[in-house]
Amino acid sequence: MPIIETKNLSKKYRGLTAVDNLNLAINEGEIFGLLGPNGAGKTTTLMMLTTLVKPTSGTAIVNGFDIVKQPDKVRGSIGMVFQDPSSDDTLTGYENLKLHGMLYNIPKAEREKRIKEVLRLVELTDRKDELVKNYSGGMRRRLELGRGLMHYPKVLFLDEPTLGLDPQTRDHLWRYIKELARQMHISVIITTHYMEEADQLCNRVAIIDAGKIVALDAPAKLKEVIGGDVVTIKIKEPKMEEIKKLSFVSKFNIKNDIVSLTVANANEHLAEILQLIGKVDSVEVHTPTLSDVFLHYTGREIREDTPEGGWANRVMSYRSRK
Amino acid sequence: MNSELRGILAVWYRELKVFQREKSRLVGAIVTPVLWLLLFGGGLGSAVSITGLNYQAFIFPGILAQSVLFSSIFFGIYIVWDKKIDFLKEVLVSPVSRTSIFLGKVIGGATDSLIQCFILLIIGWILGAFGIIPGLHFTIFSFIFSLFTIAFMTTALVSIGLIIGSQMESFEGFQLVSSFLLFPLFFLSGALFPINRLPAWIAPFTFINPVTYGVDALRHIILGVSQYHLFTDLSVIIIFAAITIVIGTFAFEKMKL
Repeated sequence: MPIIETKNLSKKYRGLTAVDNLNLAINEGEIFGLLGPNGAGKTTTLMMLTTLVKPTSGTAIVNGFDIVKQPDKVRGSIGMVFQDPSSDDTLTGYENLKLHGMLYNIPKAEREKRIKEVLRLVELTDRKDELVKNYSGGMRRRLELGRGLMHYPKVLFLDEPTLGLDPQTRDHLWRYIKELARQMHISVIITTHYMEEADQLCNRVAIIDAGKIVALDAPAKLKEVIGGDVVTIKIKEPKMEEIKKLSFVSKFNIKNDIVSLTVANANEHLAEILQLIGKVDSVEVHTPTLSDVFLHYTGREIREDTPEGGWANRVMSYRSRK
Repeated sequence: MNSELRGILAVWYRELKVFQREKSRLVGAIVTPVLWLLLFGGGLGSAVSITGLNYQAFIFPGILAQSVLFSSIFFGIYIVWDKKIDFLKEVLVSPVSRTSIFLGKVIGGATDSLIQCFILLIIGWILGAFGIIPGLHFTIFSFIFSLFTIAFMTTALVSIGLIIGSQMESFEGFQLVSSFLLFPLFFLSGALFPINRLPAWIAPFTFINPVTYGVDALRHIILGVSQYHLFTDLSVIIIFAAITIVIGTFAFEKMKL
């Protein structure tokens, strides 16, 4: 039985459909990714699954409980790490965890035990009595991740867990998340708009665009759809007639002066292509990424920049109030 | 322990910690009323006279009420800070009901106010005992009875602050709230002047202002003079607190994120 099952889950905001009849099943113990650009409906989906927002229509079952009819039961069995910082920075790390333990009604002795456990897990034991104000962005994120696990949830939701973090911290967090999912045997649902994150971390990925699922599979399977390597050539006047005849070129796409080709075994055939196509400015070959998959399904590039401002920026702007 | 009860305690615990850390809030909440009392009261007191009372003694209960009014309402609006980051969501995603979260906040805000008023009452006691403000006398009974009255006032006013805060999404509303709510409630409460000789067009406003009854009750308890019967004053305050709590829990249930 899946740990999460959505049934025609929909959310409309003043006529705008944020999530459109979503149907998906997430298995126990898997790391599941919702991948899509900003505004695709990922966060709204998470907010509905965690009962913070009521669906306009449809429902979902989380850990056997209905999100519309039994929201309290649902909240008791999930953990959530939000996109924006959600720890109180006037409290210490320890105090934030204690507060969390009290909110989840963990008796005192057990609470102290779990705080220790969680602090060790996210490597913050020796910083526990410091104000969260003085934590770095990565430390704060780790604290919040640990906190989300403290009450032993069956399902952990992570909304853009590495938004605005530097690549090193990001790698670190990925390892944590994988390790945690394995150790504590929980299901993890993450939203992300980082292709690499979805690829590295998730057992299965649902690509969503404009509130709908456009593709759902294991990252490797998704990439097979592309059917070869991707060759991107910058060129003013490509001689496409010659290229089209080649048997190993399965697809092509021309945009401005960029030609992208899908080529079986690009390493072997690259020389031949370059000879035929004309005077090349630059060339790049890569194995398919989820970015190419997204482009394949939606006809658009996914943008990895964050127009709404990164997590770290928001920490800064929050702090400047004081 | 009951999970809702522990939830209320959790929210209270957090508010107390914040209050304890943000010392500037407390300092401001003590210094401002003392300045009003000494400078405003001293200055205006030299020009006006209230029958049978020193003006500073007369406004002391009013200044207490002012401090309760401002700190309570603003405490409620601090919830907008919690919304700006995702801290509020972290609390709302826990299994604790929204009613309990609201009650925990009310108790938290009321505690802040009571601590402030405790200090202000001691300052008043000292100022009276040393004759700096003639006519201001405290007894253990009036001291405790004042705090009891303030507890109900702050409960009501924190609830109002939380109701406003739960509906507000930005800080810009702060200014609006102080202009359109706090100052009228303060000036029309009789905190700074007697309300029995007001022009006919102002009088009805003081009559419908719940803060009026708080000021009147405190003046009765501390100075022994009042406009209404003490029983009337206390009834109005307690009913007012009950109504605002009910509306507040409703506002929290409906609060959008």
